[in-house]
Amino acid sequence: MSKDKYDVIIIGAGISGCAVAWKLARYNLNILLLEKAPDVATGTTKANTAIIHAGYNADPEKQKGRLNNKGNVQIKEIVKDLNVPFEEIGSLVVGMEDDDLSVLDELLEKGKKNGVKGLEIVGKEWLQKEEPNLSDKAVRALWAPTAGIITPWEFALAMAENAVANGVEVMLETEVEDVYTEAGKVTGVKTNQGDFGADYVINAAGLYADDVARMVGIEKIDIHPRKGEYYIYDHAKDFEINHVLFPIPTKISKGIVCTKTVEDNLLIGPTSDFVDSKEDLATTREGLDHVYRGATKMFPDLTLKDTIRVFAGLRAADTTEDFVIEAAEDVHGFVNVAGIQSPGLSSSPAVADLAVEILRDEGLTLEEKKDVIETREEPARFYELSNEERAEYAEKDKDYGQIICRCETVSLKEIKDAINGPIPARTVNAVKRRTRAGAGRCQGGFCGPRVTQIIADELGIDPTEVRLEKNNSKIVEHKIKGLLGSQGDAE
Amino acid sequence: MIKLEKDVVVIGGGPAGLAAAAKVYDNGVEDVMILERDFELGGILPQCIHNGFGLHHFGEELTGPEYSQRFEKDVEERDIEVKLNTMVLDVSPDKKVFAMNKDDGAVEIQAKAVILAMGCRERTAGAIGIPGTRPAGVLTAGTAQRFTNIEGYVPGESVVILGSGDIGLIMARRMKLEGADVKAVCEILPYTGGLTRNVVQCLEDYDIPLKLNHTVTKIIGNDRLEAVEITEVDENMKPIPETSEIVEADTLLLSVGLIPENELSKKAEVVLDDRTGGPIVNEGRETNIDGIFACGNVLHVHDLVDWVTEESQIAGDWAAKYIKGDYKRAEKIEVKAGENVAYVIPQSIELEAEDRKRIPLYMRVSTPLTAVDIELYADGEKLYSFTEPFAKPGEMISVPLAQKTLDDLDEVSEIRVDIIEKEGE
Repeated sequence: MSKDKYDVIIIGAGISGCAVAWKLARYNLNILLLEKAPDVATGTTKANTAIIHAGYNADPEKQKGRLNNKGNVQIKEIVKDLNVPFEEIGSLVVGMEDDDLSVLDELLEKGKKNGVKGLEIVGKEWLQKEEPNLSDKAVRALWAPTAGIITPWEFALAMAENAVANGVEVMLETEVEDVYTEAGKVTGVKTNQGDFGADYVINAAGLYADDVARMVGIEKIDIHPRKGEYYIYDHAKDFEINHVLFPIPTKISKGIVCTKTVEDNLLIGPTSDFVDSKEDLATTREGLDHVYRGATKMFPDLTLKDTIRVFAGLRAADTTEDFVIEAAEDVHGFVNVAGIQSPGLSSSPAVADLAVEILRDEGLTLEEKKDVIETREEPARFYELSNEERAEYAEKDKDYGQIICRCETVSLKEIKDAINGPIPARTVNAVKRRTRAGAGRCQGGFCGPRVTQIIADELGIDPTEVRLEKNNSKIVEHKIKGLLGSQGDAE
Repeated sequence: MIKLEKDVVVIGGGPAGLAAAAKVYDNGVEDVMILERDFELGGILPQCIHNGFGLHHFGEELTGPEYSQRFEKDVEERDIEVKLNTMVLDVSPDKKVFAMNKDDGAVEIQAKAVILAMGCRERTAGAIGIPGTRPAGVLTAGTAQRFTNIEGYVPGESVVILGSGDIGLIMARRMKLEGADVKAVCEILPYTGGLTRNVVQCLEDYDIPLKLNHTVTKIIGNDRLEAVEITEVDENMKPIPETSEIVEADTLLLSVGLIPENELSKKAEVVLDDRTGGPIVNEGRETNIDGIFACGNVLHVHDLVDWVTEESQIAGDWAAKYIKGDYKRAEKIEVKAGENVAYVIPQSIELEAEDRKRIPLYMRVSTPLTAVDIELYADGEKLYSFTEPFAKPGEMISVPLAQKTLDDLDEVSEIRVDIIEKEGE
């Protein structure tokens, strides 16, 4: 199915790679999106604070500062076209009694320079009305009504699926091992699935962007993974948080954020600690304690009672602490989209615009397609439907009648659709990201064996071949002795 | 949408739902329906292929499937209507039950009485926040039991078990029998959470080490579990870092507690007890919502299915009385958990009845005790007491309260149970 030669190859199907693919799909180009994991959005994109920042925090002199607000504005349109869960709930930077409150005024000024609309300073009364659980010590805050919350992996997936609908090819479990150049020009890539030619290569490899850049001799990108640890709460909880709340930021971190998610869970975190390994996704006792302490400074009554999961993500931070979106100086056709850390999710459409501009400057002919598919059909999301709507769905297709995940109310049809979708979910976690099956309070205790069997049935494989996520993440090891005996020792 | 009317709808076809439904029927209320989310009846019992069930109720030792089949047969013989593969999504305070399945699509049933018998779920690794990674191979003991005994797949080959609840102990033996290397069962408390007989038959008989005062402090491995860090804890359950050791394993099973599954109860505005995690009920197992009853592990977590059966038959009796109009409330007597008592079921006594001889009170101690006096008080005045050699949080205690005693008391407003360690022992 794949061709030998493409106009553009994009390395990495995280939020940035998916956004670039989605933008480029509007032009008459042959595009290949490569991802080494079995699914899109499994790196930094799946483990972050899931916020669309307003854009007041980043320095206006940096790419981050220039792109955040532009991305924020575009995202409001994209989520409608592509049917991505998003809520514009607004964010607050909360100043407490002992804090240096002048920081809030500085952020307000910076935000204005970055073009952020609607910013204002609010007082104690406003805070107590909007966030009744907030600490009495909260005295003043910067209110940014344009900030929002999103499901980040769904956002990336939606863009990738729309790109596929517009002709982009996606290859999963395809790891780039080298980038070929000839006479100072990119000619293609070497992967574990064979060689693919291309005139242009976009390096959107996230944590590994420096390793990919090094394949064409670029040494200046240096990704230092910075870990963030989180707690997530069940949506059936006794505690309400209505907006995205930040404490007063420090030099390297926005501090411990308290927010709700689009699915009405609570999320608290992250820590901000440099780590040595790009695979170090372990939470730590110290980190988790730090998160909880930070959260209780703002919300003293918040307990850990309804937490359902802890997780860690890695920011793909370049040593410059800015995005590195630029054409390679010495290798024609190689474009870096690297160092994409916060606010990378919020900036992603603007990051993609900039990458497309750079490609044009580098000589790529951009001719707009006539019949671009602008929208993505909304997947059924049973958990947000009324009982009457659920009944109607079940009349259309019997598989909607069978509920597989009870905590999140996910039907068999939704799971089958995910497995047979434009970018097929082939792992238990890929099904979870698309449908929420297993994302609830029992964490797949009930639906796990069922989802494993459905994946095996739909893909025509044995349950022992079904994986949780990457590589050797098998769910079950082998058949029980009794079954092995009856099948293996037939006389 | 299919719309039905029923006298009694039982949510959950496990041991609680089966016993309650049969009892409702035997009391002359035949319009009863069981809704079960799984493909078969029995709840958790079909995957409990070990023996040890039924010693109290039947006076013989049965396996889980055998115990279940006796009650399935009762239901079958009475022609009680059962809907399998049916998930209840909603129950309203006015007893409308909304459910879905593949054949019917959506079904709305207006019931006169509802019996909640949804059972419980297992506490997860996420809920207890073990630091480390999130690889495959970390699962609850019950999920591993389902994979092994129902689906026919073994989750792994080298196993550490965290928590000494009964399912954890049973699965330690089960994994051993499947040829797995079961390295240890870790229990953060200084005593086991499971039944004594399970400690003996599942661990000691198979030389599986039980590490009391130990917990898992780190999960290691990005794709599949590679190892866990096990650490001893001090008397405040704080890990002692210098005692940490890394144990290689591809599977970590968790048996760290069961949580009554009351999300539907909450939708029906049923009030829950913080201590049990289940509804607050009177001696008929009726919740605060008129005509909504609860029994089995949804009410409080039981250690023996025999107790579940006994309790569910009580609920079935009273639900039938409710339908027939033989249900009168008298003055409410609160039942209080006193010294060393974690909780008592029922939380109140308030029903008028002429024929009953005793009202069993079920309770658990909050900490292990030896040589105890179990003492009953009415409004602070001692009714009677009796002695037991020991009391463990993992083993439920049933105390009969004679109806006659209640009849003899005038205007009692509170019954209290204390369990006290006898002095000098």
